[in-house]
Amino acid sequence: MSETMITIILNGKSAPTAARDLNELVANFNAGSNRVATAINGAFVPANARATTMLKDGDRVEILSPRQGG
Amino acid sequence: MNVRDAAIHDTSQLSLYGQAIPSRILLGTAGYPSPAILSDALRASGVGIVTVSLRREMAGEKTGANFLKLISALGVRVLPNTAGCRTVREAVTTAHMAREVFATDWIKLEVIANDDTLQPDVFGLVEAADILTKDGFKVFPYTTEDLSVAERLQRVGCQVIMPWGAPIGTGRGLVNPAALKSLRAYFPDVTLIIDAGIGTPSHAAQAMELGFDAVLLNTAVAKAADPARMAAAFSAAVTAGRLGYEAGLMLPRDMAVPSTPVAGTPFFDID
Repeated sequence: MSETMITIILNGKSAPTAARDLNELVANFNAGSNRVATAINGAFVPANARATTMLKDGDRVEILSPRQGG
Repeated sequence: MNVRDAAIHDTSQLSLYGQAIPSRILLGTAGYPSPAILSDALRASGVGIVTVSLRREMAGEKTGANFLKLISALGVRVLPNTAGCRTVREAVTTAHMAREVFATDWIKLEVIANDDTLQPDVFGLVEAADILTKDGFKVFPYTTEDLSVAERLQRVGCQVIMPWGAPIGTGRGLVNPAALKSLRAYFPDVTLIIDAGIGTPSHAAQAMELGFDAVLLNTAVAKAADPARMAAAFSAAVTAGRLGYEAGLMLPRDMAVPSTPVAGTPFFDID
């Protein structure tokens, strides 16, 4: 079985990935146990839509989490 | 209870989008020397609401989860911001992401026009506020003191409006008090919060004396030599300013008026 690698822009940096959908990407990213929110190409992707959101070469993915703020 | 205690306890309570809030200070959580000092400052201020943000997570890190745990332990309500967003689309997307992660429909809406002043892009702000209100958000827009912008924000559904005192992080206080007074007078029933620019407890007291409903600040506490003590100072100043406003401030006059009775002044010939 050969995994097809694509290259996405993950949090502003070029990143090769074998993940096919956003759910898989998030799981690989932080083992799925963190509170994160996701967006692709500037549009919000709710947590319950990640599994059906397929990744394409060149997608700009944001994975954000809570931080201090003013 | 003596008269003074009664006055303090009768200070009317802040309400934001129908929620009773125990303090008239909203405090930012950024820039403290350590998480422990942040916790101490939040406890010392007695705040009911803290502002938070969303930032890029690092692979394998639990930074976000750890911060959320710290805030949850304090039992305060969070107000996520859209800090750093420069377009309506960025702000709207960030708001949706924040709603999911923080499980709140409150959003401190920032659409920034300029790096040096961090001036709100008021056109984008109104547009984003309109979209987000229709999407079910309760929007807290960070705006200027401009009256017509405030009017538009109110028209698209904002029940709270947050004019700046001075640019973010400058600590210059209320640089345009005349315009802020007009804003207060023009919108007697809208909740108005001074957001940004507050540098000293006296600035906060001044905002409250002008009749603003609350202040939102961060840097003045976070960067103090003793943040917890400064948070307590702001808390006292806000209470003092609010009590003064509710008590009814005297009007200033140009000429002196003796406060001691003139009648019966000694060494004074009547004829």
